[in-house]
Amino acid sequence: MSFLELKNLDAHVGRLPILRDVSLQVAPGEVRALVGESGAGKSMIGKAILGTLPDAILVTGGQILLEGEDLQRMRAKDRRRLIGAKAALIPQDPLTALNPARRVGPQICNRLVDILGWRRQEAEARVVELLHEVHIPAPDRVMRAYPHELSGGMRQRILIASAFAAEPQLIVADEPTTALDVTVQKQILRLIRDLQARHGTALLFVTHDLGVVSKLCQSMTVLYGGKVIEDTSVDQFFRAPGHAYSAALLAATPKYTDPDSSLMPVPEAVISAVEAEIAAHDAAHQKGAV
Amino acid sequence: MADGRAAVKRRINPRLWLSGGWLMILVIAALAAPLLAPQDPLAQDLFASRLPPLWQAGAEPGFPLGTDSLGRDVLSRVLYGARVALIVALIAGSCTCVLGAGLGLVAGYYRGWPDMVISRLIEIWMAFPPVLFAILLIAVMGTGLTSIIVAIVVIDWTRFARVIRAEAMSQGAMDYVASAKVAGRGRFGIILREILPNVLPTIVVLLTLEMGIAVIVEAILGFVNLSISSDDPTWGSMIAEGRAAIHHSWWVLVFPLITLFLTVLSFSQLGEGLKDHFDPVLR
Repeated sequence: MSFLELKNLDAHVGRLPILRDVSLQVAPGEVRALVGESGAGKSMIGKAILGTLPDAILVTGGQILLEGEDLQRMRAKDRRRLIGAKAALIPQDPLTALNPARRVGPQICNRLVDILGWRRQEAEARVVELLHEVHIPAPDRVMRAYPHELSGGMRQRILIASAFAAEPQLIVADEPTTALDVTVQKQILRLIRDLQARHGTALLFVTHDLGVVSKLCQSMTVLYGGKVIEDTSVDQFFRAPGHAYSAALLAATPKYTDPDSSLMPVPEAVISAVEAEIAAHDAAHQKGAV
Repeated sequence: MADGRAAVKRRINPRLWLSGGWLMILVIAALAAPLLAPQDPLAQDLFASRLPPLWQAGAEPGFPLGTDSLGRDVLSRVLYGARVALIVALIAGSCTCVLGAGLGLVAGYYRGWPDMVISRLIEIWMAFPPVLFAILLIAVMGTGLTSIIVAIVVIDWTRFARVIRAEAMSQGAMDYVASAKVAGRGRFGIILREILPNVLPTIVVLLTLEMGIAVIVEAILGFVNLSISSDDPTWGSMIAEGRAAIHHSWWVLVFPLITLFLTVLSFSQLGEGLKDHFDPVLR
């Protein structure tokens, strides 16, 4: 049974579709990548699940099932509590993801204490333990620091620790390494993978970096224009992509091994074919709605 | 790692000391006015009218800053005037702050219709000329301390609401707010625990600025004789009286004016100094 399931999810800004009929499943402990170009709607899927969509974007159809419960039909308060207990977010930009006005330790602990009802000592011990797990050398000192006193990589480690702190069953990682420099990226990815394996957490990994996907994920969903293009295993994708767009996306990845190769943009023909598919889908959908 | 950035300690600001020092003196003077004042501030003595301050020829002991045309002691009146000024500054300032900042936070974080309502209200409010509005309000409510305080709150809450709304809006778009939301905090909790600590430095600056403005507004109302009852000494009414007598007794005008100036300046400088102190990044 899948832990998380999206069924025919639609989302709109006004009349503009943001997500088109998105269906996907995440099994317990599975690492699934959401890949696509900028604006393909990959972050929006994560936000729809966690309930952090901007006010202007409305989910207009479909279901988000967490352990079989439809999140869309829950009361806002119950939904918040369920998500808080079962899911967590590793955000994109570690520089803005910690509250600058509060010390790191209390900030992480308070969430456990206020929201999940842990005892304070319990929460503090847990956070120190996790800071150890993400290889932070002096957790006591870091807990007393303000976010601006720490480096970007350090802050991302803290956010990872904080995401795993409540033992969630699902973590949405929204391009967690984009804001970091390359050498730190690798450490952070390894850290996420280790913690994921140790805790058996399902991971929804939003990224546009296929190199990261190949190292970290088992299955992947390719998106274009808010529509699922292909839903496949990572092995299958790299061996034989099942859709012309996926193949073009794969071909567009720069090859560091061959310095003479030039960048291959996704060909016009493939784009227009995908656009046509989306237009056909929209037309069929509208007919269905009327 | 907690690196050198943590070790940098900022020197305490001299302007924090100077402005805080002056305001401290003023608070003590206001509290201890009955002990410090050499004369009854209301006692008239026409034989002792227009006495110059201590260091000029013709001065009399017991009237260190001279007397006005009715023979009332200027120093005693300045001291008692400080009471009115500080009460107005504290009460009107904090009420304005709570009302304005509260509405600003709600508008900035909730957006949607609360923001629509509050923003339109701010725009309409700001179309009134503030001092005329205050005079009108006092004309309706009658003079008195409460009326002055209500008038200041009513005309000045928009100052807080506008600024705090904008700040809350930009803070609300940050990832840490999204993280708190995912962790299960409700909207009200996010405002109190996540956003408020980040707009606090701005609120502190605005609050002290507002206290200075409250002192000025009280002085203006005193100047046009709409402050508390005309017998009680306020800096504004002293300045108004002194203005008429500027040619033969400058001290009646100058001493309350200097006190007013230093007080308002100190409030704004205190705000700047405290902001640095409250902001973890600058601290």
